[in-house]
Amino acid sequence: MKNYENELIVSHSPHIITPMSTSRIMGCVIIALLPSLIAGTIVMGVRALILAAVCVASCVLFEALWNRLLKKENTISDLSAAVTGLLIALNVPVTLPFYMAIIGCFFAIIIVKQFFGGIGHNFMNPALAARAFLLASWAGAMTTFVEPGEVVHIFGNADVITSATPLSVLKNGGGDLPSYSQLFLGNVGGSIGETSALAILIGAAFLVYKKVIKLNTPISYLATLFILGFISGGDGLFQILSGGVMLGAFFMATDYTTTPTTPAGQVIFGVGCGLVTFIIRKWGGYPEGVTYAILLMNIVTPLIDKYIRPKTFGKIKEAVANE
Amino acid sequence: MNKSFLANLKGFLPDSDLKTFKGGIHPGDMKSSTNSIPIVDISAPEKLIFPLNQHIGREAVPCVKVGDTVFAGQKIAEADGFVSANIHSSVSGTVSAIEERLHPNGTFVKSIIIDNDGEDNNEFETEPRDFKKFSPHELIDIIREAGIVGMGGATFPTHVKLSPPEGKKIDCIIINGAECEPYLTSDHRALLETPMEVIVGLKILLRIFNLKTGYIAIENNKPDAIELMKNLAAKEEDCNIKVIPLKVKYPQGSEKQLIRAVSGRVVPSGKLPMDVGAVVNNVDTCASIARAVVYGMPLITRIVTVSGDCIKAPANVRVRIGTPFIDVLDSIGGLKAHPKKVIMGGPMMGLTVPSLDVPVIKGTSGILAVSKRGAKIRSGEVCLRCGKCVDACPMHLMPLYLKEAAKANDYDRLLKLNVNDCMECGSCSFVCPGANNPAQSIRIAKAKLRSKKA
Repeated sequence: MKNYENELIVSHSPHIITPMSTSRIMGCVIIALLPSLIAGTIVMGVRALILAAVCVASCVLFEALWNRLLKKENTISDLSAAVTGLLIALNVPVTLPFYMAIIGCFFAIIIVKQFFGGIGHNFMNPALAARAFLLASWAGAMTTFVEPGEVVHIFGNADVITSATPLSVLKNGGGDLPSYSQLFLGNVGGSIGETSALAILIGAAFLVYKKVIKLNTPISYLATLFILGFISGGDGLFQILSGGVMLGAFFMATDYTTTPTTPAGQVIFGVGCGLVTFIIRKWGGYPEGVTYAILLMNIVTPLIDKYIRPKTFGKIKEAVANE
Repeated sequence: MNKSFLANLKGFLPDSDLKTFKGGIHPGDMKSSTNSIPIVDISAPEKLIFPLNQHIGREAVPCVKVGDTVFAGQKIAEADGFVSANIHSSVSGTVSAIEERLHPNGTFVKSIIIDNDGEDNNEFETEPRDFKKFSPHELIDIIREAGIVGMGGATFPTHVKLSPPEGKKIDCIIINGAECEPYLTSDHRALLETPMEVIVGLKILLRIFNLKTGYIAIENNKPDAIELMKNLAAKEEDCNIKVIPLKVKYPQGSEKQLIRAVSGRVVPSGKLPMDVGAVVNNVDTCASIARAVVYGMPLITRIVTVSGDCIKAPANVRVRIGTPFIDVLDSIGGLKAHPKKVIMGGPMMGLTVPSLDVPVIKGTSGILAVSKRGAKIRSGEVCLRCGKCVDACPMHLMPLYLKEAAKANDYDRLLKLNVNDCMECGSCSFVCPGANNPAQSIRIAKAKLRSKKA
């Protein structure tokens, strides 16, 4: 046998690596979002599906163009742009004109993500930032929610109604509140992805099973909101089943890049999201506060990660305090 | 699918009785190709190479000259100072050269070359000696004389561990049978096939510290070894040997993590196990101690797992130290494919060797020959900030920020992030979805810090 000198790779350890690569993780997120997309399509019609396709395609295209323009390695195969596109679609009303959606995708990918260095470097969630941007630019189109399907007429009027989500009914009156089961299964007005809590939970369960997400943030977020809703004399369960909380808690507040990396930091993040969401819903000008709550906490994330650190194994207290 | 689904679900349930630590990872264990294969003795080759540094500490100094005849077990190089170790010839024959040779770590190291005469002349005891007739001091002397070092891979001289400074009381002796590295099964087989040597070794250690209770810690993926050791331990009347099953997790066999799991004690940062009264010894080390004391046999053989997807017939072999890798592979049937990487040790912390001419040394727990597929590492360098490295770090550091600081050469920040507590286990690099490889950046940063201080 020969000694294979000069034919062997010499490299540092470790010599094995998890198969759970970035693209595989993003693929899991896409799979996990499909139940919500399907629920949205069933409740709101096939335009939901088309809108999702438009958003995914434009996000991927913008990312590819950016990479081409800057002569950078093409990163669309990591699937993160596709995830952003899908999340944008799930966060807008089904009636949103396509051109607005495309502009939103441009904002998410180019301004929020690539301007700050691309994947891993954006300081806020691109999809949510896009939603906030669209909300500020086209408030009317972004808050125009059609009644869901033709099965149950929750809000009486079958026309296109502005501010007719369960939360806006709660805030401003003007309709009957949907039941828990309607909220849970998805027969309520709202963005494409936030109709059915059940669909979101199915997707989230998949992500937890695949160990893509941990439940630190979602549980602390939902628990905070539930408790605040309850002690303020309202309905805690209604608070967490309505609006974008479920989608936000499981899919946006668990975004890797824009949330803390330590378990304790993640809980603080979740509690902060719950608090801000509740404050906006209760006293703010908008009926819904999930977007701004998560975006605000995104901005606090570097601070949380700076001060909330795990205690190093074997480090005595004084040493930690000296940092 | 069904099986992996259940296995995955099990990960969410707390393990009630299995001891472990916080953090760590679950690489696939890859042990099935060798864990049921008995150890085979392979014959010594014609030429053996003994590098003078097979241990942590100073190089040993040759005490033979070219042309000298040596017998098996004869000391050929002497420890240089306290933290160093003797080296013995593992065959009888003639010293044919003392020159620089390729070491498994990739550098050229002064080595003693011995031509095997095939006679295997030795001066080992023919009648087993009773270890009880030696005093603790004599036992430590025998162990030092026998050149015994930590055989799990770290190769720290064992007599140093056994000689704590005045005032440090040792009361927790742990035999490390975790073998948490994927592929490796040499300790598993040693537990199964030389169990009495392990038990006697432990009893010798207990005698050195005048203790009655000792621990043998074994990962739960070796149920046969756990059961066997439990049965044998129950038969011991004059001492109390406790077998501790451990959760299967990497790096369960790391000294500090093992001590935490077995005794609940936390070794303070920058301190040694002996500072919390603990001494940890690997299974094969423990058996070597028994052989040295009972048969007067120095450390001249060791058990090596030969595995990987390029090996025709993966095996556990008992090898004379100094045997070139190429002869080890030849004697078990060789390779079935062109290897891309040959790793000494496990895939998590092992070294890649540049050539099959390098010899088996005291710390060679495994020889893994892997193909292109097995050696493929995704390249990426993207940090998603997912925090998986933070969860995985057994020292509870934040590898992602350490990497950031390392890249920026920000030494103040590195120190604030406790960079020197990193033991380079590679868990962070294993779990990183972006293939960002924090471990290597941290390793480099630590080396830079050391050279800055020097």
